[in-house]
Order: sequence, then C-alpha cells, then structure tokens
Amino acid sequence: MKKKVRNRFFAPLLVLLMLLATVRTEAVDYQAKVQADIKAFRDYFAAQFPDVPFADYANGVYAIDADSRQQWLEMEEFPPYALSVEDGKALFEKPFANGKTYGSCFPNGGAVRHNYPYFDEKRGTVVTLEMAINECRVANGEKSLACKGGDIAKISAYMAFISRGNPVDVKVASEGAYKAYMKGKEFFYAKHGKLNMSCAGCHMEFAGKRLRAEILSPALGHTTHFPVYRSKWGEIGTLHKRYGGCTNDTGANAFAPQSEEYRNLEFFETVMSNGLIFNGPASRK
Amino acid sequence: MKRIAMIAAVSILMLPLSGQADSREENIAKGKKLALDGSKGNCLACHLIPGGEMAGNLGPPLLQMKQRYPKRSVLHSQIWDSTAKNSHSMMPPFGKHGVMTKEEVDYVVDYMYSL
Ligand code: HEC
Ligand code: HEC
Repeated sequence: MKKKVRNRFFAPLLVLLMLLATVRTEAVDYQAKVQADIKAFRDYFAAQFPDVPFADYANGVYAIDADSRQQWLEMEEFPPYALSVEDGKALFEKPFANGKTYGSCFPNGGAVRHNYPYFDEKRGTVVTLEMAINECRVANGEKSLACKGGDIAKISAYMAFISRGNPVDVKVASEGAYKAYMKGKEFFYAKHGKLNMSCAGCHMEFAGKRLRAEILSPALGHTTHFPVYRSKWGEIGTLHKRYGGCTNDTGANAFAPQSEEYRNLEFFETVMSNGLIFNGPASRK
Repeated sequence: MKRIAMIAAVSILMLPLSGQADSREENIAKGKKLALDGSKGNCLACHLIPGGEMAGNLGPPLLQMKQRYPKRSVLHSQIWDSTAKNSHSMMPPFGKHGVMTKEEVDYVVDYMYSL
C-alpha cells in the first residue's frame, strides 16, 4: 500500500520534471535573439539610406553611391573576375592524385556557396567555404592552399558563380553557434589597434562617408559577393584577405585568414545579411 | 654714436623676435608634414583641410581653428586623446596611443593655428 502511494506521486513528478527540462532548453531560442539583432541592423541602414532597396545591399558601396555605381556597371560589362571563374572551374574539375575531384566533397557540382558559413555542431566551430575546400584537399591527400588569393580564391569564385541567386540564410540554432556569433559580433563592434577604430565605425556609423577618396560601404551585405577581383590587388582575393587589410588599417596586426577570429566575424556578418542574395564573385576598385 | 648705440640696441631686441618668427614658420611646416603624413596624423583621411586634396569627411572641416579653439590646450587634447571628449570617437587618440609625441602634437597645433 505504501509503495503504491509513492509510485502514484513519483510518476507524475517525473513527468513534471521532464517537462520542466524541455521548457528550460526551449526557453533560450537563439535564433530569435539573433533575429532581433538582424532587425536592428537592417533598420539602422534603412534609416541611413531610405532610398536604397534592401536587395541592393548585396552590391556593397555601389548600392549607396550613384557615381561609383555607374563606373562599376561599366566595369561589369567585361567583368574582370571572368577569367578567375574559368580557372576556378578547371581547378574544380581537375582530379587529385587519387583520381577524385572536389565534386566528391561537394554535392550539386559545387553549387553550394549558400551553405556556408555554417556552425558545425560536432566540431563546435564555424566552417567557411574556403575551409571546406582545404579540408576536401587534405581528405584527398593534397596539401591545403594559402587562403588569401590564388587558386583557392578562384575555386571559391567558381563555386560562388554557379551558386548565384541563392538566399543568405545562416542559422544560429544552438548555444555553441550563438557563442561563435557573439564573438564575431564583439569583434565587429570593438575598437582595434593603435588607431582605435572599429569595423562598425567605418561600415556603420560612417558608411557612405569618404575616407580619403574611398566611400565606406555599409556592413549589411559585406559577405554576399566574395571573393572579389579588386583592381588594387590586381587579382581575385578572399573575404579574409579583405578583413586582414581592414584590420591593418586600424593599426593592428591582421589575424590569419581562416583563423577562428575571422571565421566568427564572417559568421556574424553573414547572419546580418540573411535575406540578401549570394551574388559573388564581384569586382571592386 | 648715440644713433649707433640705438641701432645696436634695437637690433639686439629684434634678434630673438626674428628668431622666433623663423621657428614659428618651421614649427608650422613640421606640423603640416606630420598632419599630412599617412603614418602619423593622416588628418586628410577624415578631415577637409584648406589646400589638401582628396580629403575625407568623417570629421568636420578643419577651418578657422584659432577662432574656434582660442585655448591651445583644448585643441591639443582633442588631438592627443579624442576619446576624452567622446568615448567612442573614430578619431585616433594620437598621443595616448603613442602615434605622436607631445612635441609632435604641439607642431600639429601650430599648423592648425595657421589654418
Ligand atoms: C578606417 C576605416 C575602416 C575600418 C576601421 C575598417 N574598414 Fe573595411 N573598408 C574600408 C574601406 C575604405 C573599404 C573600401 C571601400 C568599401 O567597399 O567599403 C573597406 C572595405 C571592406 C570590405 C569589402 C566590401 C566590398 O563590398 O568589397 C569588407 C568586407 C570590410 N571592409 C570589412 C571590414 C571589417 C570586418 C572591419 C573590422 C575588422 C573593417 N572593415 C574595418 C575602411 C575601413
Ligand atoms: C579616422 C578618422 C579621423 C582622423 C584620421 C582624424 N580625425 Fe579629427 N575627427 C574625426 C571625427 C569623426 C571627429 C568628430 C568628433 C569625434 O568624434 O571625436 C573629429 C574631430 C576633430 C576635431 C574637432 C572638430 C571640431 O570641429 O571641433 C579636431 C580639431 C580634429 N578632429 C583634428 C584632427 C587632426 C589635427 C587630425 C590629424 C592629426 C585628425 N583630426 C585626424 C575623425 C578623424
């Protein structure tokens, strides 16, 4: 009799505890937290540039400055990245020493640009497209490539080109992903270097203003169109090469391309661009 | 004799004055060089300065500085540590972060006063 009573209480108690546990994990909806940031970010630029349609932010500085947009459109008639895309295609299709190709790592013929960056729950880290390209090489017995320009930027350019038109839709679905996102966010807003400047200072607060002769692009859409062929570089280069240049401009030492810092930064900036369209590669001055 | 003595006295009095005028010009020139140097002040990156080309516009134009900054120390401190006045200022704290010495910021102030 006594035993029965205990069971009668124990079972519902257990159910209640289990319910509480699920409620507790559901209580932190990371995507919703991030969604609020995305809205604030977008609203900021919408207020700064009321005439710029949202979709146009995928075009960087050319979204907000009519004069340089005109020059850019003329440049785009014979896009300087076209050769890199061709080279990238050849590299993508060329078999490794073991006979396999990149196609064995990437489905859809490599039209997967829009699946990156993502947070790999198993490894607890952000995976970028360039990182995945190198991991594919290593898995197939090849050496990894340097990640600023050259072959990896060409392969990335080809993959971006055949993925054009897919929406940016990066998920922040777990505590780990949220932590990586927050690290990227902190990096973006923090002051860096001897000159004490932040990414947000140049690409939010002063977006549209001129630093010397260069008009500062809005951070919204920063990552949609990479890699870019930049006239100043004279070649196609990766997002992390650009991050490095901008970090140097604050008087700080650049982090290595594909460092955790820059992968988290890419994760944050790409999340902010959710809803835009991937349109890389692109050309820039 | 009296006249010669007077001339001598006057020229002795003038000496330090003309010397000062020279060094003031020199200081302004030094300040201008520092202000325009890309690895020192680089002021043109963010400010319009009369006579400077391809100026940026993150900060206000640097005009009529003497009228606007009658107190030298206020201008000096804006360049030394812009964050004292505006904690999230985009303007680099040139002195505080060791980009320029006190003396160098002094020269830049001399140059600013010539604008
Ligand atoms: C002192 C100003 C300054 C700071 C600080 C700065 N940038 Fe930039 N950045 C520029 C300028 C100028 C350009 C070239 C014009 C443009 O596209 O904005 C640029 C370009 C870029 C681009 C390429 C945009 C495109 O469409 O091709 C990215 C991405 C970028 N910056 C990210 C960052 C990040 C991330 C940080 C912080 C680590 C940062 N920047 C800090 C000035 C700055
Ligand atoms: C990276 C951008 C940047 C650079 C470089 C820069 N400034 Fe500034 N400056 C600003 C901004 C932005 C302000 C607006 C006030 C603030 O945010 O602190 C400002 C404000 C000022 C002011 C106060 C303006 C006013 O009208 O009262 C002075 C004076 C000034 N700067 C002088 C200089 C001098 C001199 C240099 C070079 C030695 C310089 N700045 C370099 C961005 C810059």
